[in-house]
Amino acid sequence: MSVQLPPATEPAPGPIPPGEADGRTAKARTSRLRLTVRRFARNRLALFGLFLLVLLFLGAYGGPFLTKWDYQQHDFLNFLSSPSGDHWWGTTQGGVDLFALTMRGLQKSLIIGLLVGVLSTFLSATVGAFAAYFGGWTDRVLMWIVDLLLVMPSFLIVAVLSPSFRGSTWLVFVVLLGAFSWMITGRVVRSMTFTLKDREFVKAAKYMGVPAPVIIFRHILPSMASMLIIDTVIQVGAAVIGESSLSYFGFGVQAPDVSLGTVIADNTTNASTYPWLFFFPAGCLVLIGLSISFVGDGLRDALDPNAAGAKARSHRKKSGKKQQPKRAPSATAAAVPAQTPDAQETAS
Amino acid sequence: MTETRPTQPTEAADTAQPVLAVSDLTVSFPSEAGEVQAVRGVSYAVRPGEVLGIVGESGSGKSVSSMAVLGLLPESAEVTGSVKLAGRELLGLGDAAMSKIRGKDIGMVFQDPLSALTPVYTVGNQIIEALQVHQSLDKAAARKRAVELLDVVGIPDPKRRVDAFPHEFSGGMRQRAMIAMAIANDPKVIIADEPTTALDVTIQAQVLEVLKTAQEVTGAAIVMITHDLGVIAGFADRVQVMYAGRPVEAGPVDEVYYRPRMPYTIGLLGSIPRLDEARAEGTARRALTPIDGNPPKMVDPAPGCPFAPRCPIAVDQCHTDEPELTVAEGAEPPQALDSVRAGETPLTACHRAHEIGAGLDRDAVYPVPVLPEAGAIERLPRAERATVLELDGLVKHFPLTKGAIVKRTVGTVRAVDGISFDIREGETLGLVGESGCGKTTTLLEILDLPSGQAGTVTVFGKDIRGLNRADRKGLRRDMQIVFQDPMAALDARMPIGDILAEPLKTHGWDKARIAARIPELLDMVGLEPEHADRYPQEFSGGQRQRISIARALALEPKLVILDEPVSALDVSIQAGILNLLDELKTRLGLSYLFVAHDLSVVRHIADRIAVMYLGRIVELGAADDVFAAPSHPYTQALLSAVPLPDPRKERERSRILLSGDLPSPADVPSGCRFAGRCPKYSELGDSDQARCREEDPAAAVLGPDHTAACHFAAAVDVVESAVAH
Amino acid sequence: MGRYLLRRLANYLVLVVVAAALTYFLAGLSLNPRAKFEGRNPPLPASSITKTLDEYNMNPDTPILSRFGHWAEDVVHGDLGKTIEGDDVNDDFGRRVGVSTRLLLLATIVGSLGGIAVGAYGAIRQYRLFDRFSTLASFFVLAMPVFVIGVALKIGATALNDGSQTIKVLGEYDPQYAGQWNFDALVNRAQHMLLPALTLIIMQVALYSRYQRSTMLDVLGSDFLRTARAKGLRRRKALVKHGLRTAILPVVPLLVYNIVLLFTGATFTEKTFGWHGMGELLVDSIQKQDVNSVATVGLFTAVLVLIAGLLSDLLYAALDPRVRVR
Repeated sequence: MSVQLPPATEPAPGPIPPGEADGRTAKARTSRLRLTVRRFARNRLALFGLFLLVLLFLGAYGGPFLTKWDYQQHDFLNFLSSPSGDHWWGTTQGGVDLFALTMRGLQKSLIIGLLVGVLSTFLSATVGAFAAYFGGWTDRVLMWIVDLLLVMPSFLIVAVLSPSFRGSTWLVFVVLLGAFSWMITGRVVRSMTFTLKDREFVKAAKYMGVPAPVIIFRHILPSMASMLIIDTVIQVGAAVIGESSLSYFGFGVQAPDVSLGTVIADNTTNASTYPWLFFFPAGCLVLIGLSISFVGDGLRDALDPNAAGAKARSHRKKSGKKQQPKRAPSATAAAVPAQTPDAQETAS
Repeated sequence: MTETRPTQPTEAADTAQPVLAVSDLTVSFPSEAGEVQAVRGVSYAVRPGEVLGIVGESGSGKSVSSMAVLGLLPESAEVTGSVKLAGRELLGLGDAAMSKIRGKDIGMVFQDPLSALTPVYTVGNQIIEALQVHQSLDKAAARKRAVELLDVVGIPDPKRRVDAFPHEFSGGMRQRAMIAMAIANDPKVIIADEPTTALDVTIQAQVLEVLKTAQEVTGAAIVMITHDLGVIAGFADRVQVMYAGRPVEAGPVDEVYYRPRMPYTIGLLGSIPRLDEARAEGTARRALTPIDGNPPKMVDPAPGCPFAPRCPIAVDQCHTDEPELTVAEGAEPPQALDSVRAGETPLTACHRAHEIGAGLDRDAVYPVPVLPEAGAIERLPRAERATVLELDGLVKHFPLTKGAIVKRTVGTVRAVDGISFDIREGETLGLVGESGCGKTTTLLEILDLPSGQAGTVTVFGKDIRGLNRADRKGLRRDMQIVFQDPMAALDARMPIGDILAEPLKTHGWDKARIAARIPELLDMVGLEPEHADRYPQEFSGGQRQRISIARALALEPKLVILDEPVSALDVSIQAGILNLLDELKTRLGLSYLFVAHDLSVVRHIADRIAVMYLGRIVELGAADDVFAAPSHPYTQALLSAVPLPDPRKERERSRILLSGDLPSPADVPSGCRFAGRCPKYSELGDSDQARCREEDPAAAVLGPDHTAACHFAAAVDVVESAVAH
Repeated sequence: MGRYLLRRLANYLVLVVVAAALTYFLAGLSLNPRAKFEGRNPPLPASSITKTLDEYNMNPDTPILSRFGHWAEDVVHGDLGKTIEGDDVNDDFGRRVGVSTRLLLLATIVGSLGGIAVGAYGAIRQYRLFDRFSTLASFFVLAMPVFVIGVALKIGATALNDGSQTIKVLGEYDPQYAGQWNFDALVNRAQHMLLPALTLIIMQVALYSRYQRSTMLDVLGSDFLRTARAKGLRRRKALVKHGLRTAILPVVPLLVYNIVLLFTGATFTEKTFGWHGMGELLVDSIQKQDVNSVATVGLFTAVLVLIAGLLSDLLYAALDPRVRVR
């Protein structure tokens, strides 16, 4: 429970003795990526999450072609009809096909989530790294802005400003969401940069005479790439939830655009009597969040195998074998490293 | 404060039954790469009052085996074999039964004393807890006992200190508190896992002394685990050398140190730079004998002797059969089984053990590398060489801030407080001192090229204060650094080729020149040109340090600053790097500023040496002079604290023990800053003492190239003293 | 250290003032209170609308700086202005803070203790059944916006009630119990409290347990825990006394921040279940174009952040001797 493992396993891709190397150079280059992919792939929950996410994207962009209904089309013969062969997920009060509507909303929710996630991670990485690397007044000013944005009630501000992007593009909404979601990660990046700044490879570059912005983008930010990737994923999930929450109250995506939030909001009054009106769009929303959590968790373990979780995960292999000798491959097995013939190659 | 080590071992020990007997212990862990066989058959026994040293490099399984004895390994570890405490089998006992033994019969001292104490409880509470777990003591009695224990381990003012939190203790004091906790319940065995590794050498000497006291107080057996052959030499009665999860050589200290039969042990002893290295006037330094290659992976070990791939005298059999640990043949007749059990008979796991010492000369096992002849510059007298770097009265003070929540300035840290030295062409200056003495700050002051607070830094004849941007960049080309930790110094995301190209690109080399330069550099440090495509993590620590050196040399600098370049490496690897540095210096006519805490290493590599204490240089001069005739009391204490990998010398040496810890550079005493801890000070008369307290000593000239900042500087031979007297 | 705390407080105050001012400017410029009156039936004459707007200090034609000056002066004197309905914001504010407090008190206590317990136990039993289940459950909860949990609980309760009124889905209490605190009224309040409190508890347990689990996992491999067991402490005792005690430290500031900010952050819960608390005001005031109420929410949130910051600093210092300034 509380002992350091022998460092025999420490450098995962162990030293290749010189001489034995010929013809393996190209492979060495890709080994890092392959290792990550393999680690990710043996986490079944993460694979499931990825599968789900792909399915959601396919549904959102391919779904509308499968049904004859358009999300703006009213079927005057069917108001509030339950799911059927004609209307797969039923219809709304206005007779709109819920499937077509939800898929349209899903498109918007996904694209907003993605854009906000990327934008906010970019902001946090840049601001955090520059603040910490330059220190002094740069740091003070940037951190004051971070503090201020944290003190400002972001939900309120975006909501108050919502009339201003009514009628204009939803991209304004993306920028606003992004502008209020980077501060915490920005602080994390800043404190990581403080540590990295004192790391010897950064100092080495500095003493070579490499200019500061180059050091930040060549050495510092790539060193926290795994954290930034994971953060982007988490931010995407958070943005989807934030977007739908705002839209739910009418402060987000504006008609004629629809998002999952507006779809749920429009149908919430009838939710108790016609539960499918709630459960289909809400289900899609939950699936986005869930799949992103699974993918994020899997990425963390795959990119950062030294994290406590990932390490202990590999320890489990043995005890799992010992304690549940004949257990069917269930969720437990998801964490057990795959016994592929090339599993040994992880070490070479 | 001068003490002499008691003679050992105790005669009674020979007849006593072992208190702790480990036999055929194996430990394996599942890991991503497969099953890690961390320990593969360890056996030993210790009797009351005896000290067993277990020596091994990182990954040899020495710490894991001790955790297995205590039953503190993760559940996933598979442990087999037998661990008997006074005849009672411990393996297989449950947590309840083991908890009654841990801390009571077996005390444990861990390596890193900061993380080993719970940060949120006072030291006293943690000792009291240790007492109350095993004894029915009321709060007051337990507290009283805790104060006594702190007193035993030499914590000053224990009544007050008992309520301090771990972070308020220095490293040495924390380790003393750990020892207090370990002996709280009069254990039968104390297991000490690298108890002094994280400590400075003078503090290490103190803590070893405390461990000795602890043993005398409790009469316990000690199992001492370390990587440092010096620490064990004077401390242990018997030694076991571990390699790749197995003991490869075991026996009484003298046998193992003076008559090693396993090539690994021979290599290990030959690769350590020694403080008592004999070096006659004018002769080249002794080349160390590095052990080539790296320790094996512990996953799916190859058949045969695990050391065979690195062994210079391996024969075919070594690659197929793993040798057993048996009575070493040849030198002595086979002994009775009891004597083997008792550990009095040397055991060796080597197919050729019988030849070594008989037909095979120990010194001939490893080929001694040839160091190049001294270059033209190195043969010039010092005065005729150009000055590469000169510091004059350099000062660096920091504001002292306090509080994690609210930062405020409460004083000044006088990290570097007026130091002067110079480095000439083709010369190595060793800058030594313990942690907190200001050597790192000095180094950063030189590298940062700041305008400075006070004093001047002159590089290649240019005062850095008058430099513009372009000049500074030019200076960076001529002055390069190699860092301590080769893992941290290379960006893990870049292939070696890009890492080596970075300084070249930065200084405007074109693509073709860079492409030609990289294989040249790799070759220079003993790596293959094909390695340029690989990433740092594919290399071992020693190889990475070679890459660091190659990067530093890329721009053909004149001065290389080496910041503890070998202290993160195992000794068998360290030797190769030191030899490489020696060779490059001669071949390329480099100058080194070699910053280190390890005096033995500095002794080996430096031409001149500067000893730092609390922001000042207290002694400076030609290395031979300073080591032969250390004249500042601090230098003397420092040198006498360094353990020698030589049991006989260690036993006979008298050690100067310093009292207390290094004062904080925020609170520098007036007058001589060493006076408060100075062993000489206490022997002086009143008027002389007053002089030390009031007058800051200037550097006294003791020879053509030897100064010491002490009012009463006088040479004392502390390294070879016992031999000389 | 008093002086330094003061300096920190001053820094916070500046932030609060700037944040409140910015919120006021944005609200004042973006919202359109006139529209609220123009939509009235029968239509009001333009002059009377302007008069009312001026009276409420909400006239968009008045320069924003002058409106702000007016509002700021009143606020300094303890007057938060008029709502768009003409009531005092102060009264409304006081009432709503009471409502939010009653809702949050129990829910945050149960939520944080539950979160810590679930997280710590999950870490100790890493990858066992309990850990897997709680991890999956918290992933599931965290994937849902609060309004989805709320509405889902509501649908569930309606089904459970099956026509009866055992679980109330709307409001803080039934009108006939207004102002009463007898047994029946308390039961009625409890019936109303169940669903919104459950919503908040579910959210908090899910969130805090993730953090607690990860800090606990970090501590599990620590040297000091090994020392505690080497001393002879049983595994369980060492885990609680040395492990959990230390692992709780980094979670505390997070807990404090979240709990304090829930006072305006329980928006969805309050909206879904019809509790007239501060969170509801946040949405309602914007929908009603009620500039003064929006500004009040902004100010209140900024003050809450300030309080949360100071509180978590102090609590952290009280719990961790390493940061205590002596």
